Amino acid sequence: MSDHEYTPKSKVGKWFNDRLPLLTLANHLTEYPTPKNLNYWWTFGGILTFCLITQIITGIVLGMHYVAHADLAFQSVEHIMRDVNYGWLIRYVHANGASMFFLAVYIHIFRSLYYGSYKSPREVIWIIGMLIYFLMMATAFMGYVLPWGQMSFWGATVITNLFSAIPLVGESITNWLWGGYSVDNPTLTRFFSLHYLFPFLILGLVVLHIWALHVPGNNNPIGIDIKKPSKDTVPFHPYIVIKDAFALLIFLLIFAFFVFFSPNILGHADNYIEANPLVTPAHIVPEWYLLPFYAILRSVPDKLLGVIAMFAAIFVLVILPWLDTSKVRSTVFRPIYKQFYWFLVADVLILGYVGAMPAEGIYLLIARVATAYYFAHFLIILPFLGFKEKTTPLPLSITEPILGGSPDIVMARNNSNFKEKL
Amino acid sequence: MSDSEKKKPNRRDFILTATTAAGAVGVGAVVWPLVDQMNPDASVKALASTEVDISAVEPGQSITVLWRGKPVFIKRRTTEEIESARAVDLSELKHPEKDEDRAKNPEWLVMLGVCTHLGCVPLTDKGDYGAWFCPCHGSHYDTSGRIRKGPAPTNMEVPKYEFVNSNTIKIG
Repeated sequence: MSDHEYTPKSKVGKWFNDRLPLLTLANHLTEYPTPKNLNYWWTFGGILTFCLITQIITGIVLGMHYVAHADLAFQSVEHIMRDVNYGWLIRYVHANGASMFFLAVYIHIFRSLYYGSYKSPREVIWIIGMLIYFLMMATAFMGYVLPWGQMSFWGATVITNLFSAIPLVGESITNWLWGGYSVDNPTLTRFFSLHYLFPFLILGLVVLHIWALHVPGNNNPIGIDIKKPSKDTVPFHPYIVIKDAFALLIFLLIFAFFVFFSPNILGHADNYIEANPLVTPAHIVPEWYLLPFYAILRSVPDKLLGVIAMFAAIFVLVILPWLDTSKVRSTVFRPIYKQFYWFLVADVLILGYVGAMPAEGIYLLIARVATAYYFAHFLIILPFLGFKEKTTPLPLSITEPILGGSPDIVMARNNSNFKEKL
Repeated sequence: MSDSEKKKPNRRDFILTATTAAGAVGVGAVVWPLVDQMNPDASVKALASTEVDISAVEPGQSITVLWRGKPVFIKRRTTEEIESARAVDLSELKHPEKDEDRAKNPEWLVMLGVCTHLGCVPLTDKGDYGAWFCPCHGSHYDTSGRIRKGPAPTNMEVPKYEFVNSNTIKIG
């Protein structure tokens, strides 16, 4: 991993490091050469790690007071809110923490899309990231079921029923998932068990994600390959550490705003009504971070095809490194892709909006158009654009546009480009 | 490689194959209990049937009872509702089923109150057919509980049930 040999200074350190090279790892992480032009969009990796740790710590604490039983779960959550010391704070941090986690992960993913971080040689980082994202959605979904409110129950019913769309074995699979013939106590207890497990799987994948990142090193805003270490890089510590810490502080301001001033704004009032298998709430809506996929599910009139479309919406992201045929990573040098990128951002936001609206009339129409465009972006526009688009010239290094920007060098380069074109 | 391919299987090959096969059976035997423990257990299956007193249900009224954790609609239909259900041409239906087959006793319609789309409980006396409407994703059902409009693929399911006597229905 490290490009140079590291020897601890102290004798004890050397003795230990010869037996378990933890200090070499620590040295690699501190010295890790990072492109010096990383902007604030690159701070979300650190923010996400913080979010995961926060969710694990608050979750373990909540697990000490929560009772995973259909008759007691709802009461135990209210017990946490009213009786447990600081229970309200820990639960609100955990509940809003999930939203903050997704906010950060969406920014992280869209940063990757903008700067082409998923492209060769970083495909494996991207795929591991998508696995993490998928596990995050599963974890968040199961966590939302645990308070056993109306939205918990009916959200669980709707999502688990997705599997009943599978031909032949659909019903057996749903009964197996439920441990019965409907969402009930056995469902709740297994969701609790898995909700506790998955964050640790995510943690393991995060380690792989970072490991895979440290092989080629970070992408950067201009998306060109850089020599490491060189004039184009700075050591991770203190430069990136400080930048990440500052970004995390800003992020925490927003986080704290939600926790202390509007802790329920991202939730649904219906979830403060205990689960009732006889009454479906008038309007079932998943948590905001799942809305675009929910809109895709509902936009297809056929049940099985709707489910397939929803999972396909995630799968196209997994194979994205092979759908985007352009060799140029950063959108900065892709004038046409830049426009399509912002169309996609708008499209996903629109899908999120119509996902929260009733599936009828104009909303259904918008959802259908937006779903079609979502798939068109990945399956038609991206493969095609890579061949057709005329990209602007890439700089030779990160420092070139600034330090190498003296008129004669630029002119010399333009001349050589000009000659090449001729 | 070509030499070894020609070789006849010897005793070591036999032992390797036998060990692998026994190992695979062993892994399967260990994994299956871990998978099957998630299936409905004995206590869940024990609640397989329930008896309902329907003496107080007036024509046009409908009651909802819980069976296996799912709501069951028991509707005492009016003559008009029965007629409108039976007058439908089967070719109009997404999931063609005769009303006569769904309600053996035409006055009583017994079915799972579970939308066949994604499992919500439809609202009674709502929707385009004046019968059931699922608020989740907009499925409309007629007075026989058949899907007429919306994303649900099939009619609401009629469970196994019987009249124990004129006042009691046994579901399951």
